[in-house]
Amino acid sequence: MKVLVAVKRVVDYNVKVRVKPDNSGVDLANVKMSMNPFCEIAVEEAVRLKEKGVASEIVVVTVGPATAQEQLRTALALGADRAVLIEATEELNSLAIAKALKSVVDKEQPQLVILGKQAIDSDNNQTGQMLAALTGYAQGTFASKVELSGDKVNVTREIDGGLQTVALNLPAIVTTDLRLNEPRYASLPNIMKAKKKPLEVVKAQDLGISLTSTTKTLKVEAPATRSAGVKVKSVAELVEKLKNEAKVI
Amino acid sequence: MAILVIAEHENGALAGATLNTVAAAQKIGGDIHVLVAGQGIDAVAQAAAKVAGVAKVLAADDAAYAHQLPENVAPLIVSLASGYSHVLAPATTNGKNFLPRVAALLDVDQISEIIAVESADTFKRPIYAGNAIATVQSSAAVKVITVRATGFDPVATEGGAASVEAVGEVKSAGVSAFVSEELAKSDRPELTAAKIVVSGGRGMQNGDNFKHLYALADKLGAAVGASRAAVDAGFVPNDMQVGQTGKIVAPQLYIAVGISGAIQHLAGMKDSKVIVAINKDEEAPIFQVADYGLVGDLFEIIPQFEQLV
Repeated sequence: MKVLVAVKRVVDYNVKVRVKPDNSGVDLANVKMSMNPFCEIAVEEAVRLKEKGVASEIVVVTVGPATAQEQLRTALALGADRAVLIEATEELNSLAIAKALKSVVDKEQPQLVILGKQAIDSDNNQTGQMLAALTGYAQGTFASKVELSGDKVNVTREIDGGLQTVALNLPAIVTTDLRLNEPRYASLPNIMKAKKKPLEVVKAQDLGISLTSTTKTLKVEAPATRSAGVKVKSVAELVEKLKNEAKVI
Repeated sequence: MAILVIAEHENGALAGATLNTVAAAQKIGGDIHVLVAGQGIDAVAQAAAKVAGVAKVLAADDAAYAHQLPENVAPLIVSLASGYSHVLAPATTNGKNFLPRVAALLDVDQISEIIAVESADTFKRPIYAGNAIATVQSSAAVKVITVRATGFDPVATEGGAASVEAVGEVKSAGVSAFVSEELAKSDRPELTAAKIVVSGGRGMQNGDNFKHLYALADKLGAAVGASRAAVDAGFVPNDMQVGQTGKIVAPQLYIAVGISGAIQHLAGMKDSKVIVAINKDEEAPIFQVADYGLVGDLFEIIPQFEQLV
């Protein structure tokens, strides 16, 4: 079966971002960009399904700027077979991205679509659920285990109180949680081979879908800063301060 | 226009996060209706009807809504949504699961995890793991929003006298089924609602050592949390994780033990009123946000701490 994996280019998770002085957004000039960590887990899961002989082909897709080709090449080096870039010049909201991804789902007809549960820049946690809504497919979000059997997929999900397992009819949408797997590193020969794998570029505005958004960002500010407090010398001093100064115990 | 709040509930009880979400709805302004969807939810609907500020409770009691499978619950919410200006759900794993599905079916963007209401159409939400706060405005006919519970003080559980009305024509979509659940059992307060949280990180070294934190937590009446490192190392189950990808907490007192303070962890706890850091590495980033820091060996400090409180 065919597996579609959606990935996103985001600021690297180790970068401490800075808000622009004009409050128009976060300063991303000359900042290290990487594949969103949850998307890496999605790629890894697809590659493992292929290694088990469950998946026959892995198509990786992203919606974003031309530079997002780097992240598609990374996914190809990790084991995806071919890539699709839906090129968008401006930043799109989750719903527009879900609509763009649906156009790829309609064309490719995958049995399973794997996405990360959230991108670490916008922290929305929406796209997979929205794609499931648009396609009418079942959704297994925040997955920590994915097991395919026949025309169903059993997904163990991380929920507030623990774990929950649901059975979904295929085709289905799965979004990954951090504990689903440990992504591998791309080896140099695989990075070289990835350069020859097919990468198709489609313009978002040519898809015939509405990319307009019902939300707009008015401003982006730095959060209230928390200043460092005091270092105490002993446990007794700590307990005394918590009791009498902070009055929290 | 009225606001529809989707209730969070578990084991026949209304969850606390619902109260914070009603509080957010009050800030927006308008009649507040609460939808309780599930199976055997009479007690939850009655509890919701007593919540201060709630004008009406809609009860959707059907096997199709058990475990709130999004494939079944989302069409139910969509069928009700047209009469409302806002649809709100707590940003729990449940709310995060079904609400974007609702938004897409309504063809509107969802606004995730708001922490403040500026006006009926303008909200604040954290992005980049809480390192920036975005102010966003929605022009959607129905504004679909998840609410971060720690951003709003809960409303009272008593004082309301709402009517309860049965709803729910939509039946199972038939594409998904609940199989099983494995819930962590604990006598301690729930992590996201606790007044005091004691969290352990990689410095705890193993799962057995968490007993020291449990002992301290029991003395303080606290919940116990963990960093991702502690969860990944198998010391504790994942539902104890605090951070960008785990739970967001904002207790009166947060005690971080053997936690370095990575960006992703701080995202989940830096709105705590008082932060205490106990770490042997005095350069650890956690000390930059801690109100009180104590440098030293946690295995000596924690038992002493327990003795003294």
